Amino acid sequence: MQLDDLAARVREAAETGTALRFRGGGSKDFYGGLLAGEVFDVSGYRGIVAYEPTELFITARCGTPLAEIDAALAEKGQMLAFEPPHFGPATVGGCVAAGLSGPRRQQAGAVRDFVLGVKLIDGAGQVLDFGGQVMKNVAGYDVSRFLAGSLGTLGLLAEVTLKVLPRPMAEASLIFETAQPQAIEMLNRWGGRPLPISASFWHDGRLTVRLSGAQAAVAAAREKMGGEWLLAADAFWQQIREQRHEAFAGEVLWRLALPSAAACLDLPTALAVEWGGAQRWLATDADAETVREAARQAGGHAVLFRAPESLRCREGAFAPLAPALLALHQRLKKVFDPKGIFNPGRLYAEL
Amino acid sequence: MAAQDMTFHTDKGILAARLKAVLPPRCLLVDEEDLRPYECDGLTAYRALPAAVCLPETEEQVRDVLRVCRRLQVPVVARGAGTGLSGGAMPHSEGVVLSLARFNRILRIDANARLAVVQPGVRNLAVSEAAAPYGLYYAPDPSSQIACTLGGNVAENSGGVHCLKYGLTVHNILRLRAITIEGEILEIGSEAPDSPGYDLLALLIGSEGMLAVVTEVTLKLTPKPELAQVVMASFDDIGKAGEAVAAIIAAGIIPAGLEMMDKPATAAVEPFVQAGYDLEAEAILLCESDGTPEEVAEEIARVRAVLEKSGARDLKVSGSEAERLRFWAGRKAAFPAVGRITPDYYCMDGTIPRRRLAEMLQAIAGMERKYGLRCANVFHAGDGNLHPLIMYNAAQPGEWERAEAFGAEILELSVALGGSITGEHGVGVEKIGQMCVQYSTPELETFHRVKAAFDEAGLLNPGKAIPSLHRCAEYGRMHVHGGELKFPDLERF
Ligand SMILES: Cc1cc2nc3c(=O)[nH]c(=O)nc-3n(C[C@H](O)[C@H](O)[C@H](O)COP(=O)(O)OP(=O)(O)OC[C@H]3O[C@@H](n4cnc5c(N)ncnc54)[C@H](O)[C@@H]3O)c2cc1C
Repeated sequence: MQLDDLAARVREAAETGTALRFRGGGSKDFYGGLLAGEVFDVSGYRGIVAYEPTELFITARCGTPLAEIDAALAEKGQMLAFEPPHFGPATVGGCVAAGLSGPRRQQAGAVRDFVLGVKLIDGAGQVLDFGGQVMKNVAGYDVSRFLAGSLGTLGLLAEVTLKVLPRPMAEASLIFETAQPQAIEMLNRWGGRPLPISASFWHDGRLTVRLSGAQAAVAAAREKMGGEWLLAADAFWQQIREQRHEAFAGEVLWRLALPSAAACLDLPTALAVEWGGAQRWLATDADAETVREAARQAGGHAVLFRAPESLRCREGAFAPLAPALLALHQRLKKVFDPKGIFNPGRLYAEL
Repeated sequence: MAAQDMTFHTDKGILAARLKAVLPPRCLLVDEEDLRPYECDGLTAYRALPAAVCLPETEEQVRDVLRVCRRLQVPVVARGAGTGLSGGAMPHSEGVVLSLARFNRILRIDANARLAVVQPGVRNLAVSEAAAPYGLYYAPDPSSQIACTLGGNVAENSGGVHCLKYGLTVHNILRLRAITIEGEILEIGSEAPDSPGYDLLALLIGSEGMLAVVTEVTLKLTPKPELAQVVMASFDDIGKAGEAVAAIIAAGIIPAGLEMMDKPATAAVEPFVQAGYDLEAEAILLCESDGTPEEVAEEIARVRAVLEKSGARDLKVSGSEAERLRFWAGRKAAFPAVGRITPDYYCMDGTIPRRRLAEMLQAIAGMERKYGLRCANVFHAGDGNLHPLIMYNAAQPGEWERAEAFGAEILELSVALGGSITGEHGVGVEKIGQMCVQYSTPELETFHRVKAAFDEAGLLNPGKAIPSLHRCAEYGRMHVHGGELKFPDLERF
């Protein structure tokens, strides 16, 4: 598959007004709203284009399996620090488009924090280059970062450049037996101190915390924090990242993004708490309105993360936008995709 | 798109009358002597006298001023402290300067949630000072941090010597409240880790006052590390210093700061601050480590080992906080220090892949001869952001034009080496021509459409940041000529 082929297919769709549904590995098909349009499988446009460990970046075509990227980085002792979930045969383009980050997000930042550049095919089938391969670049609007999490509604991310980081020298994970409110309080207290906490997960009376950093820093933090040592920690965190833990088992799973210190909501107790308190998971059959309102009151928002498609389409996967913001979203959608052919309805019914 | 090439004709009498109706007298300046101090920002070579300066004190007043300007089709240039180095806050001669200087209150510090809510006119350093009692600070630390404001930082996506490890402004902002030229209030981001919909924070941060006027900023506070120490290494070859930087990264170390200065820079700085720099060295590197005492000791040992292997001629590790600050003082004072040895200097801001550093510095040495001007280099080496300081004398006819052409050549080489024309100072008016080199027509058209999605009438900071296609065509023509002429005295925009 060549870049020109991708662009030609988009141009053709634009001419005929055919909606396209971009698909890398299909691992995030469960995520977001409606799946509409002709499937445009871009998994054939793959391969690492450039990887310079000392320049801390990797450039890859959208269809490159995330696993291939992880392996290439691991060979040089580096990683994607936002620790993206795969949820199946994920590709790097889909990873950026979905904008999902894993356990290390609380320390390292989210996908968007690591996007340095993109090659985008817009709604006219033009190939556009935004950003680049350098760490700092403030020339023009930061379109590449803006595209992270746009779920393919603004264009095809044909190629992405991501910042990479060295793997930590040392890691250790600690377990504390504690109820949820105390766990949230502990996490925020620790968060205010210079401790190398790189992940946290609370479920069913048990808080697990991962420390990452220099050998000495991890050892010193362990000393200060106490707790019990978790063995086979890598497998544990991978299970969390991939949501294979029992906490994520429900048929309807809500993701709440909240201020980290927000008190427990007036909802059924969250099944799981991550990111130092800022990401909480909830299985409930309470109606969407109630969940969304509780999250909003607490200063955050709720995503209908996993649910039958009919429910996601009825309630919307994502919290509704304020009118001024929705209008702005619609104008921005028009900038990149004037004919509205890219993943219609995947993010919002109006886009 | 048309807005860029639009000329504005403001009836200053009507404008003043309408502004008077929405602002108390102390918030409005219209007399020439009062307007003078606003005629430029930190890039003093470009100046324009605005029609009026507004100093609103409330969000309603900001909104009213914007509405007046919208109705009368008057350009608006937001302004923080005016320390910008690309002319981003330079007034429009037919327009209003909207100064956020009186929005200078820290509204809330939430130590438990590690965040601060501030008005845009708050100075960068004031946030860290206010957070200090809680053991927290605001990580992005531009060298101008005693003066520059958060509004300006957001507009430029400013960096500092610690952004290699702690990120740029864009990595440290949680929420913005902003007003569009239509007077509409946008709430973007929140205290949660993300928000539904598109990442508008990413779009607004670094948008140089082109999309909306920021009236409130929520920013992330970081726990202060227990200890910081800096290694100072000197090299008798610039290339070796560049390789040492790559070697540190290759060893899996992300230092808290990694800065380089060349010989002309240390020579300028040393008499000014007595930092103890090795004046014989072709380049010195400052590499900072922070964290717990154990962690710092471990990292410093590893950094030392790498630097020794890379052929450093001398190594010093700060033995006390006072010494650490002294090592940094030279770097932080590099601009004013150079300002003492030359009547004027012109600061560039290109970024390049680190591995091309030696090549770039060699080329700059060639340009010094070509343009007959000296240049000192300070460098955020860790993230490839170079600040060549071109020395000139504005009183000498033709010197500024030469300095400008010198700078343009550096920026264009940055692009050719795989980098960018600006790492942290923004495009402003200054690098508008070089934008045509970094981007081609389809990207520029997209930028204009993004602008129009926020500001259809093109009234916010017109003529800045994104060149019109017409201008790029002009620049292309000029550019060819510029390359042929020895000292192009021809007018550049
Ligand atoms: C000695 C010196 C050292 C410097 N060192 C650094 C450095 O290390 N790193 C770095 O990144 N920069 C540095 N700078 C550049 C400058 O300080 C930064 O760009 C700073 O962020 C500008 O802030 P300001 O408040 O002065 O903004 P101004 O210069 O007033 O304005 C800058 C831009 O922001 C816009 N703006 C201001 N306020 C708002 C608002 N509320 N809403 C919308 N737009 C707004 C203006 O329109 C303009 O486009 C340095 C400058 C000097 C003079």
